[in-house]
Amino acid sequence: MMHVSTERQRASATFQKFSQWLRESEARNGGFWGYSEVWYYGKQNNGTAIDLQTEIQSDAPHTTCEDRTSHKMDCMVTGGNVKVLAKAIHSLSRIGEELYLEPQEDGLALRTVNSSRSAYACFLFAPLFFQKYVPGRNPTFRCKMAVKCVQAVFRSLSSLEKTVERCHIELNVEKSRLTFTLHCKHGLLKTHNLSFQDSESLQAVFDKDSCPNILQAQPRLLVDTVLHFPPSLEEVSVSVSGERVWFRNHVEEEAERSRAMLTELCISAEEFEQFAVSAPTRITFCLKEMRGLLMFAESSGLPVSLYFDEPGRPVVLSLTDSVLEVNFVLATLSEESHPQNHDNTNTDRRARPPPPPDDFMNDDMDFLIAMETTELAAGGSGCSPPQAQDAGMSQLRTRAASEGEEEEEDREEEAEDTGRPPNKKFRSLFFGSVLPTSSQATNQTLRSQDVLASDSEDEDPESS
Amino acid sequence: MPLSTQSEAGDDQYVLVASLDNAKNLSNILKAITFKDHALFNATANGLKVTVEDSKCLQANAFIQAEIFQEFTIQEDSVSFQVNLTVLLDCLTIFGGSTVPGVTTALRMCYKGYGFPLTLFLEEGGVVTVCKINTQEPEDPIDFEFCSTNVTNKVILQSDSLKEAFSELDMTSEILQITMSPSQPYFRLSTFGNAGNAHYDYPKDSDMMELFQCTKTQTNRYKMSLLKPSTKALALSCKVSVRTDNRGFLSLQYLVRNDDGQICFVEYYCCPDEEVEEE
Repeated sequence: MMHVSTERQRASATFQKFSQWLRESEARNGGFWGYSEVWYYGKQNNGTAIDLQTEIQSDAPHTTCEDRTSHKMDCMVTGGNVKVLAKAIHSLSRIGEELYLEPQEDGLALRTVNSSRSAYACFLFAPLFFQKYVPGRNPTFRCKMAVKCVQAVFRSLSSLEKTVERCHIELNVEKSRLTFTLHCKHGLLKTHNLSFQDSESLQAVFDKDSCPNILQAQPRLLVDTVLHFPPSLEEVSVSVSGERVWFRNHVEEEAERSRAMLTELCISAEEFEQFAVSAPTRITFCLKEMRGLLMFAESSGLPVSLYFDEPGRPVVLSLTDSVLEVNFVLATLSEESHPQNHDNTNTDRRARPPPPPDDFMNDDMDFLIAMETTELAAGGSGCSPPQAQDAGMSQLRTRAASEGEEEEEDREEEAEDTGRPPNKKFRSLFFGSVLPTSSQATNQTLRSQDVLASDSEDEDPESS
Repeated sequence: MPLSTQSEAGDDQYVLVASLDNAKNLSNILKAITFKDHALFNATANGLKVTVEDSKCLQANAFIQAEIFQEFTIQEDSVSFQVNLTVLLDCLTIFGGSTVPGVTTALRMCYKGYGFPLTLFLEEGGVVTVCKINTQEPEDPIDFEFCSTNVTNKVILQSDSLKEAFSELDMTSEILQITMSPSQPYFRLSTFGNAGNAHYDYPKDSDMMELFQCTKTQTNRYKMSLLKPSTKALALSCKVSVRTDNRGFLSLQYLVRNDDGQICFVEYYCCPDEEVEEE
C-alpha cells in the first residue's frame, strides 16, 4: 500500500514537472528526464467467475413476490453470468435487428426474429439465473430495441469476464428507459441508458416435443462439422437415417451443377448423445442462424438438441439448463425445393436414400413457423389489432393475423385456403394475434398446434 | 558504424544533428500525433518538440527529450522547421519497420538550417538510405494559454482504464462530455448517441486513479472528431493526466514508455465545444 501511494505521488510530481518544463522551457536534467522506475502494481485478484449455475441467495426465490409492487423491472447479473448474457445478445444479433425484451414471471425472455421471418430465436433466463430478479408490476410489459444498441453495452466479450463484476438491468417504464449498469473492476461504473419502443410479444408457435426426430450432441461436434462449410454458404442440408447423419452444403437449383462444389460430412449415430430418428428425413435450413446458436452453445458447453420433422416444417435447435432455455426455430425448405439429382446421386451411392415423405409433397408451403404476436390486454378486454402501428411487425400481417382473436382451429382453416405463397424459398412466418390469457406466462411453446399459414407480402399494408 | 564515418566530415555545417539507434522510438511517438500532414519541429537543448494542429481547436505536442537520442547536438538556442509528417513517417519506416527482435533501423537526422531540407540517414542491416525532406516555412503554433495556475480540475489515471472506455465509446455521439467534480460522479465521460446515452464513472478512490485534484464541478463538451486522434496517444501511453482550466479547455498529457523503457510525453490541447449548464 505504501508502495502504491508513493508511486502515485511520484506520478503526480512527474506530470507537474513536465508541465513546468513545457511552460517555462526550463532545462531540467534531473526530474522527469531521469524518470525510469518500473511502474508495477499487483494484479487484482479476480472475483471467481460464477458458472451458469448461479449461486443462489437463500431468499432469491421470494424476491419476485415481495417486490410485486415495483413499477420497474430490476435485475442483477453477476460473475460469469454476465458473459453468458452478453454472448446471448451477440448470438441474437446474428439473427435479427431488433431485440424483444420481455420480463416474465418465469424469467427474462430475449427474442429476435430475422428480417425474412424465417428464423426466430429466444433466450429465457430463469429468475435463478439472476442474483436478483424483479419482473415489475406490470407482467404484460414488453419492449423492443435495436439489438446493436444492446450489443454496444457488451462490446468487448473478451474483456468482459475480466472487468465486469456485475450487471444491473433496470427497465423504467415511466421514463421509457432501459438502463444497463456495469459495475467493473477498480470501481469503474458504466451506465448505458437505452431508449426502447413498446411492442407486442414475439413468440413462435412450435412444439418440439412432437417432433419425431431428435438429435442431441455436444456443441463441439456440430461446431467442428459446420467449420468445413465456407462462411458464404447459406443453407445446409441434414439427412438422417437409422444410424447416420449427413451434413451437406445445399446447392441452389438454379446453380450450375458442373461448377458447384459439394461438401458432405457423415457422422455416426454414436457421436450423438441422443439419436432418435423415426424415419429417414432430409431437411435444409439456414446455416447462419445455426452458427449463431453454436457460438453460444460452445461457450456455455451445453449440449445442442435438434428437433425436426418433415422438410418444410421448422427445425428447433435447443439448449436447456436449469436456469436457461434457448430455442432457435429455423425454417426448412420444403421437399419440392430440393434439387432431386443432387439428392439422389449422393444418397444412392450410399444406398441409404431417405425416402421422401410424399404426403408433404403437395403442400403449398415452403415452410412454416407459426408465430404469435400477443397484445396483452391485462384483463382480457378487447384489444385492438396490435401490429398496425408497429413497423417491424407490419410485414407479418396475414389474413389470420387480422383475425387474431379467433380460435386456433379457425386459423388453421385460414391457413389452408390462403393463396399461393410468394415466390421465395423461405417464406415469412405466420403471426397471429391472440388473446394472451393462456399463453402470456409461457415462454416459447404455446400449446396450440403448429398453425400453418402463409404470409403474403402483397397484403403488407405498410412495409417500411 | 558506417553512418558516423560517412557524414562526420560535414557535421559542423548542421545546426541540428540527432541520432537514434532505434528509429522506432521516434516514429512510434510521432504516430501518436499524426492527424494532419504538417508538423512543426522545434528543437532546443532539452530535446525535440513536434507540434500538429487541427482547426485551431486542437493541438498535439510530442516531446522527445535529448536523452532519448544517442547524439543530440544543436548549434543554436532554438531550431524550428516544418515538414510533412506523413512523408517523414514513411521515411522512418522505409525498411518496413521490422518486428524481428534485435533488428532495428538506426537513424541520423540532420538539418543545415533555414531553407535546407531535413536529411535522414537510415541504416538497417548494412543498407543505408538517405532521405531528404523539403522543409516548409515554420508557422507559429497556437498558444492555448493553458496555464497550470488556472487548472481547476486534474486527475491522473492509469491508461488501461481509459483505453477500455475509449475503445467502447459510442462514436455516433458527436461530442464527448467530461465531468469532473469534487463530489459524485467525480470523473465522468458521457456520450449521447443514437442508441441512447452512456456514462463512464471513475470514482476518486479507484485503483486506476493515481491523483485526484478537483476543486469545482465542471462539465464540458468536446468534439468527438477532435478527440479521436488522441486515442493513438492513449494506446501507447501508460498514464494519462486529464486537466481542465477555468475556461473549460482540456489538456491531456500522456506518459509514453518506449521500447527501451525511456519516457516521452505526448500532450493534447482541445477547446470545449460549447457551454453547457451544469446538471
